Parts: sequence; structure tokens; C-alpha cells
Amino acid sequence: MREAISQALWEEMERDPQVFILGEEVGVWGGTYAVTKGFYDHFGGERVRDTPIAEAAIIGAAIGAALTGLRPVAELMTINFAFSAMDHIVNQAAKLHYMFAGQFVLPMVIRAVGGGGRQLGATHSQTPDAIFAHFPGLKVVAPGTPEDAKGLLKEAIRSNDPILFIEHATLYQTRGEVPEGDYVIPIGKSKVQRAGKDVTIVTYSKMLEISTKAADQLAMEGIEAEIVDLRSLRPLDMDPVLESFKKTNRAVIVEEGWRSYGVGSEVASRIYEEAFDYVDAPIQRVAQKEVPLPYNRTLEQLALPQVEDVIKAVKEVL
Amino acid sequence: MERERYLELYQQMVQIRLIEEQAAQLYQQGKIGGFLHLYIGQEAVSTGLIGARKPQDRVITAYRDHGVAINCGLSANEVMAELLGKATGCSKGKGGSMHMADVKKNFWGGHAIVGSHLPLAAGLALGDLYSKTDGVTICMFGEGATNIGYFHEAVNLSKVWNLPVLWVCENNKYGMGTAVERASAVTEIRQKAEGYGILNRRVDGMKVLEVNKASEEALEYIRSGKGPYFLEIITYRFRGHSMGDPERYRKADEVRSWQENDPIGIYRKHLIEAEIATAEDLHIIDKEMDALVLAAVQFAETSPEPPAEALFEDVYFEMESGVGE
Repeated sequence: MREAISQALWEEMERDPQVFILGEEVGVWGGTYAVTKGFYDHFGGERVRDTPIAEAAIIGAAIGAALTGLRPVAELMTINFAFSAMDHIVNQAAKLHYMFAGQFVLPMVIRAVGGGGRQLGATHSQTPDAIFAHFPGLKVVAPGTPEDAKGLLKEAIRSNDPILFIEHATLYQTRGEVPEGDYVIPIGKSKVQRAGKDVTIVTYSKMLEISTKAADQLAMEGIEAEIVDLRSLRPLDMDPVLESFKKTNRAVIVEEGWRSYGVGSEVASRIYEEAFDYVDAPIQRVAQKEVPLPYNRTLEQLALPQVEDVIKAVKEVL
Repeated sequence: MERERYLELYQQMVQIRLIEEQAAQLYQQGKIGGFLHLYIGQEAVSTGLIGARKPQDRVITAYRDHGVAINCGLSANEVMAELLGKATGCSKGKGGSMHMADVKKNFWGGHAIVGSHLPLAAGLALGDLYSKTDGVTICMFGEGATNIGYFHEAVNLSKVWNLPVLWVCENNKYGMGTAVERASAVTEIRQKAEGYGILNRRVDGMKVLEVNKASEEALEYIRSGKGPYFLEIITYRFRGHSMGDPERYRKADEVRSWQENDPIGIYRKHLIEAEIATAEDLHIIDKEMDALVLAAVQFAETSPEPPAEALFEDVYFEMESGVGE
């Protein structure tokens, strides 16, 4: 997936001189996750701008530059650092277009690396996606496959709205087919990533991988799970979810973030609101245990949702 | 400067004063909601400053923004209508007192989180640097904003990237009710700019022509590609921080002594003494502005409320992909 994201950025920068990158270590270093390796030498320091370690300045400057018509792609080394720029994401990026009645246009993308599972401790391992999806005015995208990552990022860069693009750190190594040539994927469209008839698993990002593994194992037991990948949390496209649910009448929602006030809560509520007559079993949520993520590998894995947790939840609803 | 320009500065200051006095009354009548921060006493700052800008120069400020809007060329009508939350306001009634803007006039708001717009100003300036235009971004803020991290991140970035930005600190001596010496490690705010290696200057904000001259010089410096510049403009607000200010933190004598130093009074005296205008000329302007502002109140009061459909407008630029309910 690293290559798919890198390609998307490269192609968009080649296509449109208004696109530029700013962030910590994006230039000379090549990106702490090596996504922008080679960019500095090719595009130069004007378009691949190393910043001080100052997240409010990074996001604030991206907003300001976007207002002048540029298309900044600001990189947050990890989504945990977004909290240092929360004011600019929430009070500025998400509100300026509305507050000034459409006069301000913010064609900007914030790329942020999220997720746990790498023993980075509680402050560097969070999956706070739902928090950001709470705010109208912001769009939140979180791909789970290389194909989606490339198409969605290209679309995000061409879009005229502020978009938080969350890349899961442990998905960079994920391999997958990426279509040839230039393509974009519309933002705000969920996708059925695996067809099935017995149960609907609703998930996104890293948990698509976990859910797919669970579905593989369930298939060996003759249980066919359908997996709907949300791909973006706001706008949230419930149509494929409801369509699938009306067929299976059972749902498990799998997210890496904490359960309380999370993506699962939102999706489950909407299913209950919009498809109550189709409910055959209480909807299950699989999520992170409600603790700050510990450093110790065993404890960390205990806290994160595992394949077995998904299988167990599926069997609950069957 | 031509005589006409002198009178224009006077006219703008009087217009701002009258708008603010009307706004205070409308607030007391319950016709303006939310917070209302008046610019009375500080008119010479933005009038002198913005009077020095070229059309390509961007202006961004904090929440005490009505006067700045007028100086940027917004009409009294759209400012007053915004205060009343009407559809004819500059932000169609969605922004209110603290969020006025007109992008066509290069006025970029009106921002209500203290210090938060400084990184935006750095980005606006980056836009001009990137696009190789000769525009300068003028960023205004109070001395209270210089204690928050955003200030330091943005000012540092402006020097590191050599951004064409004019930082303008309006030092009115109080951040809400907290005196500058109780909140800031240095009371001469320009020392903070000094700390970032940015050329800086202190100016008497009660004298519009001094502000104007200092601003012209600063803008010329930045336009020549030398990077950011910092002005600390000493001023004083004659009214409370907002309409809900008990004013327990300063003595009536102090306020009175500053009011005797009224920027409009000082300028008026100067214009007459320097024989640029007669008392009669200025009296005519006063009357004209009085009529203009009363007409603006009338316009705002008779303007329509925003329609209910406006509620869901402009959440996103690309609405077809869904508001997100």
C-alpha cells in the first residue's frame, strides 16, 4: 500500500503544479514511513516542504495555502499528533467554508498515519478516527486496500473539501492489485469487498484485513460472511451496509478504535433505525479494549481486536 | 498624501466609531446576539494599517473585526446585516460579529479562537510565495494572542520560510481583563519578534498617520523579498472587552485619560491645524457618516432572515457526495 499511496501523490504532483506536500521529514528524509522517498530530489524543496515540529503551524499553513487556491497535502507523522493541531482541524478546517457562507474553499488533504500494533506505547498507537468523523465539514477517509488507497487519495487531492486521509501503519506492507493508469475512486462510497449470505461484517482500514482472515476461517466452517468496507467515515455511505443486512439479517461491526462512542455504535444505530424489521439478532461490535494501549506485545495484542474476536462475534449473531 | 486620502482615513474612522456605537445599542436592545467586541478607541490602528495596503495584500484578523471589515472596503450595510444575522450580511448571517469576511476584497476574516489565525496567515503568505506574486499578508492580533503556542509556531515558521507576512500586534494592554504584565513575560511585545530574528517596530496606535507611515514602510520591506516584519501598535480599547465586561480590572481614571487621547480627536485636530480640512469640512463628513450608518441599521433591520434551507448550505464544497446527514 505504501507504493500505491506514493504513486497517487507523485502522479497528482506531476499533473497539477498547485499540489505540494508539507510536513515533518517529508523532504530530505523521504518521509518517516518512506512514502515520499525520492520526492524532494524530483520536485524540489518548494513543493516538498520540510516543516518544524509544529503541528498547528503545519495544518494552519495548509489551510491558509489552500485558501489561496493551492492544493496542499499536509502529512502528520502520526494521527496522535493531530491533537496538537486539533484546533486547526476542528475549529478552522471543518468550519471555514460554512462559517463564511461558502467564500472560503479548502482544497486540502491531511495525511495521517494511524493505528496500533507496533509496540509504540499509548501515545503513538491510537485509532481516534471516530473523533474526527464527528465533525461536519471535515471528510474522513481510511482505505483498507492498495487499490482504494491510490484511487481515494487521488480523488481527495482533486477535491475542494478538507479531507483527513488515515493510513494504517501496519497496512503499508500490504500487497494488492492496483489498476494500471490514472483512476480515482469517489469519496463517500462504501464497498462490498467480499460477498456472502449469512452475516454482514462492516469494517474499514486495518480491520478489513482482520475481518477477511476471519471470513476465510468461517468459510471453512460453511459460514459465508459478506464484508462491507466503509472506506470513508464521513460521509458515511450506509446503502451497501443496509442492502447487505436486509439479506443476512445479522451484523458484526469491526473497528480498531475503542468501542464507546465509536464507528460501531454509529453503524449499529443506523441499522436499528433504518432496518429494524430485518434484525434477527442483536448486532455485535468488535473493538479495542477500553484501555490506553500498552507497550508489552502480549498485552497490546490482547487489547487490539483479533481474528478470533471477529469469529466469536459472528457466531454470537448466527 | 493627497487631501482626499487624508479625508478618507478620517471618514473611515468616524464610520467605524458610529457603527460600533450603533452596534452597542442594538446589542442592548437584544437585536445582536452572541458576543460583541467593539473597536472603539482602536480605529486608528486598522485604518492606518489597511490604508497602506495594495489590493493584492491580504488581511486577516481576530474577532474584533468590524472596523477591519470597513477598512477593507466592506459596506456598512453588509457589516450591520451580519451583526443582525441577516441573509444580506457578508457571511449570510452564519458568521456573526466575530466572523466577517469578503474574499473578493482580500479580507480573510474574522477569526474567533485567540491566536489560531496566525498559522493561517503563514499559509496565506506561503500561497503568495509559492505562486510568486508580490502580495503581502497582513495579520492582526491582540497582545494576548502572543502568549499562545500558535503565535510562536507561526512567527517562527514565517522566519524559517521567509514568508511575506506583516505581523501586527495591537497591544491594547489587556487580554480580556488580564493586564499585559500579568500575562506576558515581556510587556514590550516586539521583543518576542526580536527573539525570532524578525525586524520589528513599536508605533503609537492613537496616531493614524504614524501607523500608516510605519505600515507603508513595513509592507515595502516585505514586498522587496526580505521576509516577515513585526509591528507592535500601542492602543487602547475605550469599551469593555465585550459587551459582558464588568470592567473591574481597570480604573475609570485610566480609561478617561486614554479617552482624552481619542484617535479621532487627535486626527481631527491635526487635519485642522495642518489646514488640510476645516472644522466645517469635517462636520460635513460626520453628518454623512451618521446618515450612512443609520441607513445601514435600517437596511439590516429590514433585511430578510436566512431561509431555513441555508442551514444545510456550504457544509461542504462538494455537496453531492453527501452532507453526512
